[in-house]
Amino acid sequence: MWVYTDKVKELFNNPKNVGEVEDADGVGEVGSLSCGDALKLTFKLDDAGRIMDAKFQTFGCASAIASSSALTEMIIGKTLDEAEKITNQDIVEFLGGLPDKKMHCSVMGQEALRAAIANFRGEKLPKEDSEIVCECFGVTEGEIVDAIKQNNLTTLEQVTDYTKAGGGCGSCHERIEAILEEVMGQTGAEPKPVRPAKSRMSNIQKMKLIEEVLEKEIQPTLAKDGGSIELMDIVGDRVLVSLRGACATCAAADITLKQYVESKLRELVADTLVVEEVAQ
Amino acid sequence: MKTIYVDNNATTQVAPEVFEEMTPYFTELYGNPSSMHFFGGQVERKVEEARERVAGLLGARPQEIIFTSCGTESDNAAIMSALRCNPEKRHVVTTRVEHPAVKNVVSHLKREGYRVTELPVDRQGLLSMEEVSRAMTDDTAIVSVMWANNETGVLFPVEEIAAMAKSRDIVFHTDAVQAVGKIPINMADNQIDMMSLSGHKLHAPKGIGVLYVRRGTRFAPFVIGGHQEGGRRGGTENVPYIIGLGKACELAATNFKEKNLRVKSLRDKLEKGLLQSIENSMINGDREQRLPNTSSISFEYVEGESILLKLSDKGICASSGSACTSGSLEPSHVLRAMGVPFTAAHGSIRFSLSSYNTEEEIDYILEVVPPIIEQLREISPFWKEAVIRSCSAS
Repeated sequence: MWVYTDKVKELFNNPKNVGEVEDADGVGEVGSLSCGDALKLTFKLDDAGRIMDAKFQTFGCASAIASSSALTEMIIGKTLDEAEKITNQDIVEFLGGLPDKKMHCSVMGQEALRAAIANFRGEKLPKEDSEIVCECFGVTEGEIVDAIKQNNLTTLEQVTDYTKAGGGCGSCHERIEAILEEVMGQTGAEPKPVRPAKSRMSNIQKMKLIEEVLEKEIQPTLAKDGGSIELMDIVGDRVLVSLRGACATCAAADITLKQYVESKLRELVADTLVVEEVAQ
Repeated sequence: MKTIYVDNNATTQVAPEVFEEMTPYFTELYGNPSSMHFFGGQVERKVEEARERVAGLLGARPQEIIFTSCGTESDNAAIMSALRCNPEKRHVVTTRVEHPAVKNVVSHLKREGYRVTELPVDRQGLLSMEEVSRAMTDDTAIVSVMWANNETGVLFPVEEIAAMAKSRDIVFHTDAVQAVGKIPINMADNQIDMMSLSGHKLHAPKGIGVLYVRRGTRFAPFVIGGHQEGGRRGGTENVPYIIGLGKACELAATNFKEKNLRVKSLRDKLEKGLLQSIENSMINGDREQRLPNTSSISFEYVEGESILLKLSDKGICASSGSACTSGSLEPSHVLRAMGVPFTAAHGSIRFSLSSYNTEEEIDYILEVVPPIIEQLREISPFWKEAVIRSCSAS
């Protein structure tokens, strides 16, 4: 069982500022149902440009709800310039601490605040220009770099605790390690590209490449929609797969299979490949 | 505050009769069963009596019962034995919804170079027998399929699969940790080669398990040591716990049918009540092919850990398949394998009953849960959207 501080328990049981501010000046939405937590923050400014009201709606665990409630309490009465300085560490301090594995809840709070402020100012979030590193949870390089810098993170596990990046299929672990090295001031090696040359391959090379493309290219993309694919067998040029997760029940699964999975494999492995779904 | 314990698939209370039976073997009767004196001999007789009681519950022969330290050891021992006895075979068949005690052993084997088939399940959590049959090859060393799923309670037709494996000369093992004591098991009527069970799931203490090995099945010991357990599991016998497990099996066999029917009617009442009073809720897993005590129920648009903590504040102990409770970031592998949508997987709660639960407790749960879900949905950003969507659709 998680050990939560009394403050976390108190705010979980009696959260403050639940709901949506009417005619909000800023709206920030982060997370999603498939990721397991999500936060919608709304605020309204007074004539002097101070946050006069802020409300939240959260889908998530106790620490996510408590972090959101804390965030609203912390920003009310502040100007946007002041509020902008609030970091996830401030939220953690307000709560008297969070378990390591729950640090991402405080990061979600900070991100919702940034998103809401950017929304008010009509700016684009810096993360929108940043490349996605963890496809499973949609975490960008910018977010990972920020979390590392702000919290002095040194390990992959910590990056996962704080941002969720790397907590799903694990295919981005190398990439995160490289970012860690870079930020920590060491000379990080460039992550290797996935695709080797597709000239003449032996059968075994072909199978390996199919596996690799499925795992590193296709799987992460499907994961964004809550789906998943598994390689069942390879018979000659027939690639037998099984769709899982959201894909398994998706009406567009056939289209996904042919237009995305098959064309991707043809592009990266061999243009003679045929993808077939085997019944579950 | 009264504790209402409905997490019996996690562990069970030790039956008072079991505890009573065990205590003398911690104090005055401390002999080693292997000793050549009366003091050890009397303990040996009690251990053998326990073996008979376990065999009695399973319809097995006493010599087919090997005492181990837990269900996990039994699973490991079974799988490793089959591989060691069939060194030329390099393929293992199992399912995607196994307990980590099998699942992670198999992942380990995969890294060691074994070929592994993990059979998928459908939306109800059921296997396709056609696929089971197709998965077995001449290279298959062992098929390991759980009898009852710990999260959903869904039952697999393991006797049928065992017969299929037997006809193809493949060793069959089942993890029956959740099934023993809850559904009738008669090893005399089936062809299962090996079966794991765990004491603490049936009112014996934690730290004792059994591996059933059918007479005639080749077996290579996992824990190598002394001559105990017929040389099949080294280590001085955990005497008090073995005796406790024997008593627990005897208790489980008493009024077996009545007890489980009563548990089932409580479970059904709980399920029916929750589904009726809470919209957007659903049962995970096949309603028929299922243990009598287990209910995995999903409440959409809320997150499981939050529900559990609020239940816990009311004295109710249950568990969840949500990501947050597992310490990982993804929801349970069982619900994912079944293709349960994320909206529901994150908000899944497992209630697992025992014969110690009462109707008053069920009534209390039925009273407490709906306001908790309502309260969390009020906070959830998705709930209002979902309500609006369903209103505009109808």
